[in-house]
Amino acid sequence: MSSSASDIDAARVPHGADIDGYRIVGALHAGGNGFVYRVTAPEGRDPGFPLVMKLAAVGPGQPPLALVSFETEAAILRRLTGPYVPRWVEASELSTRPYLVMEYVEGVGLHTHTGRAPLPADEVARIGAALADALHSVHLQEVVHLDVKPENFIVRPGGEAVILDFGYAHHARYPDLLAEERHFAAGSAPYVSPEQLDGRRGDPRSDLFALGALLYELTVGEPPFGEPETYAGMRDRLWRAPVPPRALQPAVSPWLQEIVLHLLEVDAAKRYATAAHVAFDLRHPEQVALTERASRTRALGFAGQLARWWRASRARAPRHATRVHAPVIMVAVDTEHPEDDRLPALQSATRQLIAASADYRLMCVSVIEAAPLGEGPSLSDTASGRHLDHVIRLRHWAEPLGLPESRLSLHVVESGDAAETLVELASANHVDVLVLGAPRPGDKALGWWRSTASSVAADVHCSVHLARVPFGD
Amino acid sequence: MRIAFLSDIHANREALDACLRDARARGAERLVFLGDFVGYGADAAAVVARIVDEVSRGAVAIKGNHDAALDKRSGYFNDAAQAALDWARRTLDSTQRAFLAGLPLTVDDAPRFYVHASAAAPERWDYVDSPAAAQRCVDAAGQTYTFVGHVHDQMLYYEGARGRMLAFQPVPGTAIPIGAHRRWLAIVGSVGQPRDRRPAAGYAWLDDARSEITFIRVPYDHVAAARRIRTAGLPESLAYRVELGI
Repeated sequence: MSSSASDIDAARVPHGADIDGYRIVGALHAGGNGFVYRVTAPEGRDPGFPLVMKLAAVGPGQPPLALVSFETEAAILRRLTGPYVPRWVEASELSTRPYLVMEYVEGVGLHTHTGRAPLPADEVARIGAALADALHSVHLQEVVHLDVKPENFIVRPGGEAVILDFGYAHHARYPDLLAEERHFAAGSAPYVSPEQLDGRRGDPRSDLFALGALLYELTVGEPPFGEPETYAGMRDRLWRAPVPPRALQPAVSPWLQEIVLHLLEVDAAKRYATAAHVAFDLRHPEQVALTERASRTRALGFAGQLARWWRASRARAPRHATRVHAPVIMVAVDTEHPEDDRLPALQSATRQLIAASADYRLMCVSVIEAAPLGEGPSLSDTASGRHLDHVIRLRHWAEPLGLPESRLSLHVVESGDAAETLVELASANHVDVLVLGAPRPGDKALGWWRSTASSVAADVHCSVHLARVPFGD
Repeated sequence: MRIAFLSDIHANREALDACLRDARARGAERLVFLGDFVGYGADAAAVVARIVDEVSRGAVAIKGNHDAALDKRSGYFNDAAQAALDWARRTLDSTQRAFLAGLPLTVDDAPRFYVHASAAAPERWDYVDSPAAAQRCVDAAGQTYTFVGHVHDQMLYYEGARGRMLAFQPVPGTAIPIGAHRRWLAIVGSVGQPRDRRPAAGYAWLDDARSEITFIRVPYDHVAAARRIRTAGLPESLAYRVELGI
């Protein structure tokens, strides 16, 4: 459907044309639903950032639903905030000359990266984590994008990803104008999730499937299900297992294959629960819990595919998508004072939070003083020995919780400023709740806690749970 | 213009007062009452007095099936509802009865249309409780926006891309864009007798200039409303329906 900028019919909107005060200064892209131009703002209304205008393709020969996706994008993008979406400017009255004006995002289109795939694992992980950050931000705002593909991401020079084009998106609080438009609104063939092909549009995990297809492509150089041209061809993914990346590229790391195949699970309930969990794994490869998915090195044979087809043909999809409560919980454990009587209180607070969550990740963090300069005579005096010591204490603290490896991660960080470090870690890992010990009145020896707890509570973006010793002095 | 739509007040003075206070605080410039001022609750006279007053100051009011039944007994109602209607007949004065009897069944206020039940046959009191019923109603109303009561649960029906009506369950407090190039039907909810297991009073709000509708729930002293139903000697079932929102 798309064509290069040079194909755009220059007569449609000539360079220098004026539309309600916006001046066309360049053509960027022509797609199925319209044209995108660089524009300058009307006099006196410069928002302070560069602009693009999307003009709808309307009239004879244009897709009749193009206008609906314009209306959808206008309703949704207007309300999205944050650095991961283009900033909104305005929409025209859609019944006259439909156009949308938004921020022009500087950067490299993701298709440039897919174009030079296969990429090394660390680069796939870095790009993938940025994409997951962006998706998580949108999902937290109750929006599912539903058309995740290389053309819809721009990677900024600093590495952050921005999502474009919300024309097929779904907002949980607005009527879905594209409901029942199964074929039109199904997303792009190489990346679309199985459930979208069945007309289900409310599940954020649909975007995670598409992210899986993108990471697969970045890893091995081609998308997992090819580029089917028919609807029936797209439906193969309801049962067909993708060839494991390691079968195509033996050098692919097991952890990366684990993440990619976890995202590509046919059943949304078996995928990652949230994009935050994906970003976390991509940033901590050493903490990824490997399953059978990681060890596959051959494509599934005929019998295996037949069995999957049989199961899929008998499976009944749930009618409504459910949003899972899948928080990232971070608990700050002071392993420098293992005798601190607040450590059990932290345990019981953590237990309560975990019990209330269907699916969760627990990050146990210990911030320790920066390593001493010199190396002492015993192992525990060296920097790495000290580090290991604290990992062991952290593991010892977490043990009574009895958590599986896939839910738990341990982090020992050296820093002179515990509060600042905790705030940064919480932000970088999309933490939903941070648990830490409350300062105790009159506790001079551990005055550390007081300042940490109060400055963390003031600065961190997430909820904070202060654990206190009941009846403690 | 900002218009508040209130329906199915059902003689619940506490709920009506709370909704009107809320609407005024949000800057309502116009009130539209979609019928069923009486029935179920204990304060028919106070509620109707309030409506008469608002109508004299420019509000719009239309007739609901409970209001119509004051004059024309109907086998349509269960015993509890009949008891509440008998109570209303005893407590309303003749001017108030005449006011209710004189209310129109529909009001065409282009591009909006107001009706208590369904525009397809207003006097039959059919429920708009499915996309198909919504389709019949908007087809008969012939306006872009149709506002309806009768069904006590808030719902927004909208025209899908192929022209068929689809149902959407609104989240209270969210402003929903409702562009004029498609048709919309809002079930505004019940002020006086919500039935979704949440006792808070319901109404809806249209911001004309921004083309947005907001469904609203207002917590009020529903325990007091239930107590007045008991004090009036009305059936116990009517009191606990208000208490539990069922």
